[in-house]
Amino acid sequence: MGKRKIRVLLAKPGLDGHDRGAKVVALAMKEAGMEVIYTGLHQTVRSIVNQALQEDVDVIGLSIMSGAHIPICTKLAGFIREQDIEDKLLLVGGVIPNRDIPVLKEIGVDGVFPGGALFSEIVSFIELKAQRA
Amino acid sequence: MGVATYIKDEKDAIQKVLLQSGIEVKPSYTPEDLERVGFDYETDLGDTGEFPFTRSIHPEGYRSRSWTTRQYTGFGTPEETNERFKLMISHGQNGLNVAFDLPTQMGYDSDNEIVEGEVGRVGMAIDSLRDLEIAFKDIQLNRIGTGLTINAVASIMLAMYQAMAEKYGYRKTEISATPQNDILKEIVGRGAWIYPVEPAVRLIGDTIEYAMKDLPRCNPVSICGYHIRESGCTPVQEISYAFMIAFAYMDNVIARGYKAEDFVARFSFNLNIYGNLWETVAKFRAARKLWAKLLRERYDVQNKKALFLRGIFGGGGSGMTKQQPENNIVRGAYYALAAALSGAQTTALCSFDEAYTIPTERAALLSLRTFQILMDEIGLRDTVDPLAGSYFVETLTKEMEQRILEEMEKVEKVGGMVEAVSSGYVQSEVARQAYEYEKKLQTGEITKVGVNKYTEGVDMEVELHEYNDEWAQLQIRRLKELKRDRDGAAVDMSLKALEKAAREKQNVMPYLVECCKTYATVGEMADIFREVFGEYVEPNIF
Repeated sequence: MGKRKIRVLLAKPGLDGHDRGAKVVALAMKEAGMEVIYTGLHQTVRSIVNQALQEDVDVIGLSIMSGAHIPICTKLAGFIREQDIEDKLLLVGGVIPNRDIPVLKEIGVDGVFPGGALFSEIVSFIELKAQRA
Repeated sequence: MGVATYIKDEKDAIQKVLLQSGIEVKPSYTPEDLERVGFDYETDLGDTGEFPFTRSIHPEGYRSRSWTTRQYTGFGTPEETNERFKLMISHGQNGLNVAFDLPTQMGYDSDNEIVEGEVGRVGMAIDSLRDLEIAFKDIQLNRIGTGLTINAVASIMLAMYQAMAEKYGYRKTEISATPQNDILKEIVGRGAWIYPVEPAVRLIGDTIEYAMKDLPRCNPVSICGYHIRESGCTPVQEISYAFMIAFAYMDNVIARGYKAEDFVARFSFNLNIYGNLWETVAKFRAARKLWAKLLRERYDVQNKKALFLRGIFGGGGSGMTKQQPENNIVRGAYYALAAALSGAQTTALCSFDEAYTIPTERAALLSLRTFQILMDEIGLRDTVDPLAGSYFVETLTKEMEQRILEEMEKVEKVGGMVEAVSSGYVQSEVARQAYEYEKKLQTGEITKVGVNKYTEGVDMEVELHEYNDEWAQLQIRRLKELKRDRDGAAVDMSLKALEKAAREKQNVMPYLVECCKTYATVGEMADIFREVFGEYVEPNIF
């Protein structure tokens, strides 16, 4: 059996509606050969985790521009532990000040890609780390 | 962003310049270029303040009146915002531009479980008239114009602004508010939508209709090419989409039996400034001309003042970078210069720290000073449209005009803007442009100083505007007190009347004003519309 494509759930949690980054990254991931499921805007953390389970993705990518990345990731990491799906790669992108990066890693985020991160960095990080089923 | 693509030879000499709108710039321009594009002084330029207003809408431009500066302000509680408003006014700012937090923009009260962590974060939290009263305490509402950056629930906020002004003893006919109130661009680019396209457009029609008689000094809608450009479209598409959106709202009101001439004079635009200076200036000159021509040709608007493309030109958020943030101070100054050369009536500038968070007091003041230096020191008030007559600028203006019309035609072909947004056509076009641009940036085809070129050096530490969790607690406490103290029966009655009006397709504005006066909350009013209209579902564009 050939390897299946890496499946990514790209999600916009919370009320923030700035989705340029998410859409651009979705197109870059598709071009890199990944399967991308984009949740659309205004998702609750609970529904993101449910979609990740239903779609059986390898990667959960969050795009957050509102500044609420720490409370959102804390909540999401909690649900991930609760569902015992810590094998899924958790990535966050958006408006993330440098000082918050270690805080996010502490919470359980595997990779942080603030605005300006290269597509190639994101793609190679995922290819290196994503665990296939 | 929006910077051009340059093709160079091995000696770094430029071989080709391609603007984002697809227009190639020549090494030099002569009268022959004007002939080539069919430039004619009378029809393409005209005198200042005369049709087609390419040069300006006022004969004396900034001589008769400097621009209005309206930095986007608001955070935390209404008290905090009120303090910042007064500070900016004391420093010479002459208009306000209110930032609301996301819960307010999305029609949720501060105590709703969904909004945890968002209360007061990117703007001020407004739950009811009581909060708005605090935010505008001691502000002279008959002298200061206020932009309300809110869309899905703009009708509610405009009604609340009226209720607040009346409470402070002003007449509704003397207040000037400009709610953003452009839901189609929210759906395309900014994401703060709630209701499906059709009822959402109807609510905008309601505010326009209401403002005609009741709020004559308000500008009920501010059409935002700005955010669509921020989302990735080209300068040409920005204007095309903005005009098509404006036509969609106009058609809604015209279907109620009005003529465009009755209301279009109160339309204003919110358009973006960043990127290539020449493309930006030509964009505004072409837009002013086209708007006047199209209103005359398509909507038979004759009244001169109704043909003016007025608006706030500024921002430049996408141009600002997280890397080497001090560079944004300089970028901001050039963007402000572009705004002045474009004849902006009102302006605002993203602050240098906005790639990180909402601006600190220091950063906001610096933006204001940038405008003041341009107008008061550098000479931007000296003469109107100083670039007029340039072979290059006039040629480029004609070329932009042509491309804007072509792009509008594409939208018309898919059935107009309501259809083009419902189907996801515009969203998908914008996302594609954004991706192409980002790829060029990452490969270095497009230069961004401090990002993909000249990246050496240490980044300045940015002092961040801090989010205070106590604001949310205070806001929730106040909301609880409000719900306890207000006349619950009066609230219920006003909400029932609102629901009936919404269902029976009456203009909801007078009912919203009544609801606000009983201290019904934003969430309660927005929920009535959620019940009656349902919620928008995004088309899948991937």
